[in-house]
Amino acid sequence: MDTYSLLREFADSWMLLALFLFFIGVIVWAFRPGSRAVHKDIANIPFRHEDKPAQDTEART
Amino acid sequence: MWNAIKLVVLGLIVLFAALAANWGRDLAYQVHAIIILAVAGGLFVWTLRHVGDERVPVNQMEYMDGVIRAGVVATAFWGVVGFLAGVFIAFQLAFPVLNFDWAQGYMNFGRLRPLHTSAVIFAFGGNALLCTSFYIVQRTSAARLWGGNLAWFVFWGYQLFIVLAATGYLLGATQSKEYAEPEWYVDLWITVVWVAYLLVFAGTLMKRKEPHIYVANWFLLSFIITVAMLHLVNNLTIPVSIWGSKSVIVWAGVQDAMTQWWYGHNAVGFFLTAGFLGMMYYFVPKQAERPVFSYKLSIIHFWALIFLYIWAGPHHLHYTALPDWASTLGMVFSVVLWMPSWGGMINGLMTLSGAWDKLRTDPIIRMMVISIGFYGMSTFEGPMMSIRAVNSLSHYTDWTIGHVHSGALGWNGMITFGCLYFLVPKLWNRERLYSLAMVNWHFWLATIGIVLYAASMWVTGIMEGLMWREVDAQGFLVNSFADTVAAKFPMYVVRGLGGVLYLTGAIIMCYNLWMTVRAQPKTSDAPAMAPAE
Repeated sequence: MDTYSLLREFADSWMLLALFLFFIGVIVWAFRPGSRAVHKDIANIPFRHEDKPAQDTEART
Repeated sequence: MWNAIKLVVLGLIVLFAALAANWGRDLAYQVHAIIILAVAGGLFVWTLRHVGDERVPVNQMEYMDGVIRAGVVATAFWGVVGFLAGVFIAFQLAFPVLNFDWAQGYMNFGRLRPLHTSAVIFAFGGNALLCTSFYIVQRTSAARLWGGNLAWFVFWGYQLFIVLAATGYLLGATQSKEYAEPEWYVDLWITVVWVAYLLVFAGTLMKRKEPHIYVANWFLLSFIITVAMLHLVNNLTIPVSIWGSKSVIVWAGVQDAMTQWWYGHNAVGFFLTAGFLGMMYYFVPKQAERPVFSYKLSIIHFWALIFLYIWAGPHHLHYTALPDWASTLGMVFSVVLWMPSWGGMINGLMTLSGAWDKLRTDPIIRMMVISIGFYGMSTFEGPMMSIRAVNSLSHYTDWTIGHVHSGALGWNGMITFGCLYFLVPKLWNRERLYSLAMVNWHFWLATIGIVLYAASMWVTGIMEGLMWREVDAQGFLVNSFADTVAAKFPMYVVRGLGGVLYLTGAIIMCYNLWMTVRAQPKTSDAPAMAPAE
């Protein structure tokens, strides 16, 4: 089989499956139990540290 | 030691540029050699004069905002330049006499058109992305920019790229690839600058104090990485001579066309969409003073957008030598892409839920909201135009130009204006903007300008598409090409007027921002001087 056909066949079978599973995995991970609190915390990042960087010791104010 | 290396490198560049200016085989290359000679020579002298200087230690507990201020100024400046070029070439199409005889070969439509597109996309949009990404990544990482003066190198290196690209277009150095016109040595230079940009951005993320990476940074990082990948693959050219600007791409024909539109569409997808969505996910919540509507939706928006966009390019090549399966693939992915785009639009708009009254009182949030509205509109129009049957009518007509401008003027322009209005008082420690009434004027001038532009292009695009395909009972074409050109005249004038309104709005913005810095009182408590908590 020439390189083109080989790559083409791989791309529309295993690679497609792998990418699709990764994508599904990301969505499942986003909806994992306990993610709500984490996401609420992350969503508020823009409202911290507006004026200066965080101290070394503190993670967040 | 470091200074010695710098001097040696700069000296070698000066020497090489001097030789290149002398031996260059074409005018563009020689002019570029002289520009590089001047820049490198100036840097050499500057470095030499500062060899013995004591290094001032940097306060890591301050954000690095100088480079962002420079980026804000550059964004406003290049924006006006780019809009002006656009207005001029719009009137060149309506009134061909504006292709002046005395400037033939330099200022005719063909030379100015890439100058306009690159000025608005890469100079205006690129500087907006540079400065907002530096602002966002510092605030959301709670850390100063990584790499010290490397951020300044990125900024000035990018301005040099813009100058080289712009002068190259006017003097005829182009590789004839849309949105990738700069020739090989300019491509190499922007690669160096872009790697430095990636280092600054990723380095800041690495030393972040927040445990999580905020979603805006995901979009911005994907923009930086993907643009690097697109740029490298689409510019695999071999220079004809090291003393000339001409180069030849390593592949030919349909492979070249496919690579070009894989690049071209993802330049839209990652430069003008992913990067600007990063701006949206930071500045819309900030201006609305409430967190993004759904963080989960933003994650899905991100992954769906980058997984789908990268495949959409082939829809630019319907009815060409490209195999049918490839253009069908591009079409299907373009249509599917509608979903994450509207997911993102809903996420941006709904961030205002519970604060809709701000639309009445805050012209800046109004600007951001209308930009998200235009994002939704053009991401609906785009998938529709990618469908083969629709494309057979719309392709090569001005409908495409209208579509691009509703996205570029509406989405990219308006969100950038909103961000500039947000940033200037913050960065210069001013209490408020000079005039909200002027923001209102800017908003309405720009909006009416876009409406005139998009509406006239829809009408003229569909008209010329129908005229081109009209056949009589015997199967002969009814219209000549010149007939369509004559019929388009009124719409071209309306389009040019729309551009004038948009440009006027941008000039009002520049005056407003200038007066904000000049005439507004400083905030009593400058953030940089704030006592430690």
